[in-house]
Amino acid sequence: MRFTAVVEVSALEGISDPEAATIQRALPLLGFDNVGELSVGRVFRFVVDAADEPTAQTAAAELSRRLLANPVIQRADISVTPLETST
Amino acid sequence: MTRSAAADISVAVVVFPGSNCEHDAVQVLSSLGVRAELVWHTERSLEGFQAVLVPGGFAHGDYLRPGAIARFSPVMDAVCEVAARGVPVLGICNGFQVLTEAHLLPGALQRNAGGRFLCDVAECEVVSTSSMLTSGTVTGQRLRLPINHFEGNYTCGRSTLVTLESRGQIPLRYVVNPNGSMGSVAAVANAAGNVVGLMPHPERACNILTGSLDGEILLKSFLQAAANRTGSRGTVAAAAFTGP
Repeated sequence: MRFTAVVEVSALEGISDPEAATIQRALPLLGFDNVGELSVGRVFRFVVDAADEPTAQTAAAELSRRLLANPVIQRADISVTPLETST
Repeated sequence: MTRSAAADISVAVVVFPGSNCEHDAVQVLSSLGVRAELVWHTERSLEGFQAVLVPGGFAHGDYLRPGAIARFSPVMDAVCEVAARGVPVLGICNGFQVLTEAHLLPGALQRNAGGRFLCDVAECEVVSTSSMLTSGTVTGQRLRLPINHFEGNYTCGRSTLVTLESRGQIPLRYVVNPNGSMGSVAAVANAAGNVVGLMPHPERACNILTGSLDGEILLKSFLQAAANRTGSRGTVAAAAFTGP
């Protein structure tokens, strides 16, 4: 089976996020005085061939741990869903 | 280390696609009397080298995170292997980032606080002399070293920082913190002291024309550590940089 994995990598809580802070500072200039707690992350999407969803989830988690996110400063939120294919 | 003893030392300067400080490193190391050889990242062996330098630049374009992809270059298995044997391994700037991603050093380098690329001269203070990079210095000694980075903000867990400080694994810190690094950390060593990474560029502070000779002090310590392992005696020659 094929699964779509989506990995969202962002700064761990408590880790400074200077990119987000810079964007946040710019928002009032655009009139967005009511927007706060902005964070910045990256999204990775890929397709995994696996026997079942837990196996695909495990593969995506391992890929995230080894490459996509640095666990010292980042967290990775992973979602895996079956890939719908047209027949 | 005398000139003749230095001639027995060969330093591998690892080159990734996107490295850009490798020739500076080779030139300075050569001026100090050792052999310095560029080693492409696809090499799998560092046999015959007594020290390793991972230079600055943008390894693999810094894509994903600085050092994240370089960590998986074939040569890194060899770097880890020689590091485990006690061979001096020095990572400068992007090389520091590579060594943290490879888990040869604790912590991580994230974007500078303030969001600015920094190109300046930083005054650094020797905190610990137990690493191979600072064995030729004295505690409290101040060195003027160039910095040139966007992601030099050293970050680790609070408990890790306390451990590093208590075990003498912070060779250098900034006198004035330029980038938000925890504890004003400018350099980090592994527990054995033979692997060190630093954001400042000692190889750019080896010629009075560039404003400082302080980098030579650190690089001589690095080479002295290599000489000590190979049984060479004496001290690093006062080899003034004779290049342009």
